[in-house]
This record gives sequence, C-alpha cells and structure tokens, in this order.
Amino acid sequence: MSIIIDQGKCIGCGRCHDVCPGTLIKINENKKAFIKYPKDCWGCTSCIKECPVHAISFFLGEDIGGKGCKVHTEKVKGEKNDIVRWFFELNDGSVKTIDIDPKESNKY
Amino acid sequence: MKIERLKTDLLIIGGGTAGCYAAITVASNAAGKNTAENKGAGVQDAAGLKILVVEKANIKRSGCLAAGVNALNAYITEGRTPRDYVEYAKKDADGIVREDLLYSISEKFNEVTAHLERLGLVILKDKDGKYVTRGNRNIKINGENIKPILAAAVAKAPNVQVLNHVNIFDFSVHDNRIDGAFGFGIENDTFYAIEARAVIIATGGAAGLYRPNNPGFSRHKMWYPPFNTGAGYAMGIRHGAEMTTFEMRFIALRCKDTIAPTGTLAQGVGAKQVNALGEVYETKYGISTSERVYGTVAENLEGRGPCYLRTVGITPEQEESLLKAYLNMAPSQTIRWIENDTPSKANVEIEGTEPYIVGGHTASGYWVDTKRATTIVGLYAAGDVAGGAPQKYVTGALAEGEIAAKSAVEYIQSKVAEHAEATIKEGEIENHIAEIEKFLGKQGGNTAEARSESVERLEEEMQAAMDAYAGGIKTGYRYSENQLAVALKEIEKIEARVGDLHADDLQEVMYIYELKERLTVCKSVIAHLAARHETRWHSFAENTDYPEKDNERFRKYVNSRLENGKIKIILRELTTEGQRNYEHHH
Repeated sequence: MSIIIDQGKCIGCGRCHDVCPGTLIKINENKKAFIKYPKDCWGCTSCIKECPVHAISFFLGEDIGGKGCKVHTEKVKGEKNDIVRWFFELNDGSVKTIDIDPKESNKY
Repeated sequence: MKIERLKTDLLIIGGGTAGCYAAITVASNAAGKNTAENKGAGVQDAAGLKILVVEKANIKRSGCLAAGVNALNAYITEGRTPRDYVEYAKKDADGIVREDLLYSISEKFNEVTAHLERLGLVILKDKDGKYVTRGNRNIKINGENIKPILAAAVAKAPNVQVLNHVNIFDFSVHDNRIDGAFGFGIENDTFYAIEARAVIIATGGAAGLYRPNNPGFSRHKMWYPPFNTGAGYAMGIRHGAEMTTFEMRFIALRCKDTIAPTGTLAQGVGAKQVNALGEVYETKYGISTSERVYGTVAENLEGRGPCYLRTVGITPEQEESLLKAYLNMAPSQTIRWIENDTPSKANVEIEGTEPYIVGGHTASGYWVDTKRATTIVGLYAAGDVAGGAPQKYVTGALAEGEIAAKSAVEYIQSKVAEHAEATIKEGEIENHIAEIEKFLGKQGGNTAEARSESVERLEEEMQAAMDAYAGGIKTGYRYSENQLAVALKEIEKIEARVGDLHADDLQEVMYIYELKERLTVCKSVIAHLAARHETRWHSFAENTDYPEKDNERFRKYVNSRLENGKIKIILRELTTEGQRNYEHHH
C-alpha cells in the first residue's frame, strides 16, 4: 500500500509534502513531488485530497491483496455545494466513482 | 546546523487532537474576547501568554485523525450520564481505571462536541435538530476533515505559534522540574532549544513496537499511526516520570489486510462475529474490547477460523452507505470491496492487530493527577500519552487537552513556574548536537556488521523479538516470564547497536531517535507485563504463568519509574467508587 505521484501532472506546489503526517514526500530538483519512503506510507490519503491537479493516486500493495486499482479524488460542483468524487481506476481499464458530500454525515 | 533558542510560556509538544485543542483552549480567551465560535473552551486571564505548538509533521493532518474519523465514540446520549460512561469504561478494563480521570473527561464530552460543531464539524441530526446516535455512546459525523478543522482553529488563535516539521526528542528537566525541550527541524537543518514555563506533552501512544500484521511492503498498513513512536512516553521514562498500566496493551479487531475498523460494520449494519462454521461466537467469550479479540484468536486456535463479520445479505442501500463511510476514515477497505466482492456478497474477514500502547483506548501512559499533572513538575499530559482513562477517544482527548491547558496556565500564573534566566545551558545544547552529528558523520562504522546496520533492520529485529517473546501475533498474544526475560535481553542487545547507525540527514536522525524511543517503551512494556502476575484481560495481557485473574493481589495499578537506570515497579491502590480526585505526591 502506498501512493504514486504522476510526474507529468505534478505542478510542484508542495501541498502534499506539507500535509503528509510522516513527511515522506519530498520535492526533487525538477520541482516535482516524489515519495521518498514509499514503505512508510500509512494510507491516510491526505496528500491525494490536497493535490490540486489529481497527480497522486493510492493503491493497495499485492501483499495485502491489492489488484492494481488506483484511487484519486476530485472536487466537483454538486447541486448545493462542492462534492468529493472518488475515482477507482481498475486494472481492466474501467473506472468507478463514488461521490461524497462533505456536508452530509456518514449513515453509519 | 543552525541553533535557534526560543522562549515561550507554554510549550505544547505534539499538534494532534489533544495538542491542538490545548492550544485553542488557552488562546480563545487570551485576546480578551469570547467569540461565539470558541465559547465553551477557554481559560480566564490567559491574555499575553505565549503558546508554542511543536509538531514533527504538520498539524493540518498529523496524528491519529489524519484520514478522518467516522463517529464520535464518547458522547453522553440522552438519558445517560457521565457516571454511566465511567462505569462502562471501568467494566471494559475490569476495574483498572482511574475513576477521577474518567469523570473529568466524561463531564466534558458534550461540551467539546458542541464546540467542534461550532468550529465546522458536520454532525448528523434528526428532524428535531438532535444528534443521531449510534448505540449508547456514539454520534454520527462526517469527520473526514476533523483535523483540518482543528488546525484552522489553531491558526486563528491569537498568541499561538506553530512549528511544523520539528521533532522534539528530549525534555529539559532540572531537579525534577521541566523548563523546556530540545528538538531539530527535520528539513531546515536547525537545532531548537526551547525554554518554557510549562509543557504539555501530547505526542500520542506507541505503534511499531511489535511485528505488524503485514511486515512487507505494506508494513505501515496498521491501525494506529505508525508515526506515533512513543516519544512522549520515552522522554518521560528517561527523566524518571511515573508511568502506569503499560501492561494493558491495546489490540484492535480489524478487517483483515486493510486493518480497517470493524465497529462501523458491527454497529452500523449490525454485523455479528461468526466463525468459519457460521456460528456467532461472541456470546461464548464476552463482549468487552479484549474479549472480542480473544474470542477471535481462540476460535482460530481451536480450528474454527477464519472469523468474519457477517455482512452477507445487507441491502444495496446499506452497502452503498458502508462504501462511503469507509472512504471517510479507511479508504483501503472501500478499494478492497471494489476490487473484490462487496460486503453484501462476502462476509468480511477479521483479525487482531499487533499490540499497541495507547492511553486513549487502554489505560497506559503517564501517571497523572486529576489536573493532568505528571510527576515531573510543570509537565502536563493529554490524550493518548496520558494514562488511567481508557476509552477516551476523540472527545476525551479534546477534554484532556482542555484540562491540561487550564492546569498549565494556572501553574504558569503561580510563583512556582518562575524560572531564573536561561534555564537551558550552552553545554546541554552542545552535548545534544554532538550526538546528532555523530550519527550524521558516521559512514557506516568500521566492522562489516556495523556498515550494514540500518534503522529498518534494527526495527524489524525489535518487532520480531517483541512478537515472539512479549506476546505478539505469533503467540496469540500470550507470553510467559521466561519468554519476557528473552525479550528483554534481545531489546538490550539491539539498543547496544544503535550507536553504529548512520544518518544522511536530520529526518534519518529522527528515525534513529524514534527507534530509541520504541526500545525504551519496549523495556517498560516488558517490565509491566512481567509485574502483573495474573491474566485480567485476555489477549491484552495474557500471562501463561498466571492464567487466572487474582483480585486479591492485583486489583491495583501497576506503575513504574526509572531509578538509577533500573525500572522500579510500584503497585498503587485503585480509586474508590465514585472518587473524583486522586492527587499524587511528588
């Protein structure tokens, strides 16, 4: 389990670096973010939520049954307020989404 | 390395839940105003006090709540009283709790919850505007952004300065009185010597002592934050602070592999724990937190595993809500469901985690009085680092942050906290820097063995030793005196090798210091496990030499203190029924 940072998409804003609770993400000489300690990732997804250009995705490692699904979030306009859309890119190329309204409480 | 000397009135070490709330509490009245937003918290006459929060990551997402939280698990619902909560926590820990501490937080649960709502937390309400409850003690929230909400409140607080990415590794204590702390910036090549009139320690508990469920690539897929290394415990232990109940380890019952919470399944959709034969087994073992773990371990040992939470048959609506709920706190589980069978089609396999030391769930931590004063004068403890009050969860950590803050301000305003100029001597700074530079300067040592030494390797050896000999997953959480003796020897051998480690930068120096912290905590855990000659809590402290409960001798707190390099065990009397105050003597 860890994250992947798409170097092509990254704009080097450093927000992911700032929020990582393990300070595991660094900015390289080309002003791109990279995860220096991938095995130390807790999987909290803080960086993914911060990234303004959706350059970071999260995956489960094979050692815990992961099958290659990559996950990221985007903020999209909802009817009343911004909602968080989670994208699940599966190995077969299909994409599933789940919308979360931050103004709504969990049902459970 | 640059050297920066700072001076503050109140130093808060750790900007997690408790630390942030402590800062908000002191600051909210500091400017002499009591806005609607921060009404409820706040202390009188704190105007002009300087507060410094030092956090090794960034307070926006640091600590236990980085990913969010799905419910507030400690709330006094309608018709219930703080007394009921105290009774619940006491029963769950089979008597080994501090009633005074539990009372003081239980009485604040609802107040701090209302404050969180004013700060922006979304709490589910019914048609009449009342909070929707989940069981007897929980309310439903959208807690994904709970930490950014707290961090924003800290940012708005007057008189509060935050130092992010600075790791505190030692207290400055003279004559058992704290007057500051030492740290270093992990990214700015700076050493910090911070003088303070009072200090709140809020660094959380300790993960990573034991071999985790998945020790490979996903080794950090654990219940508790892997960045909580027991720093606060270790610093206190080394300076002779009294600690309590380290033998009451916490083991979480989690979804297999993803280590995601099970409570949301059990309480949200009423999923029962079943074994491989489909039998509900919880009634056989009891429903306390430790018994739920033990039942699962026992069913597996007796050949009726694996065990599951029975979710097959839930409705599509329930399933959709579950997928969303997990995204707000443990996204791994939602990915798992999307990649495999969803919970309506397949039951969710469960397993126990490796043991943690965490005062927010069990009673391990600093021995504090009702004001959260530790046995080091001027040092206050809040949240997972403070002992005696299990089941404190988020709202309890907030409440303790508030209590500790108020006590620390009271102490600062007393004459006792007056220090002479410059309590930290130049020589003390030089010694610390010399040690750091030794790690930075070493190029792997002289022997072949030393050259290949790494923090990762020593950490894995420590975890393997604790796993095999101090009641880890490997032994079904069981241990004997002989095994514990081996564990201690192994830990001491690893400690002796720490000096050979090399670091390329200050972040790697932090990793060395974190390893040292964990080793210090391991030794205390071993001493405590060996001292309780009974089995009061299955799995949490399963002593095979003493498989029965011994109320006569061990309805007591097991405390410890480092004296002349040796851990001294002290047994103390329990609080009496309904006791509101338990003052310790320094």
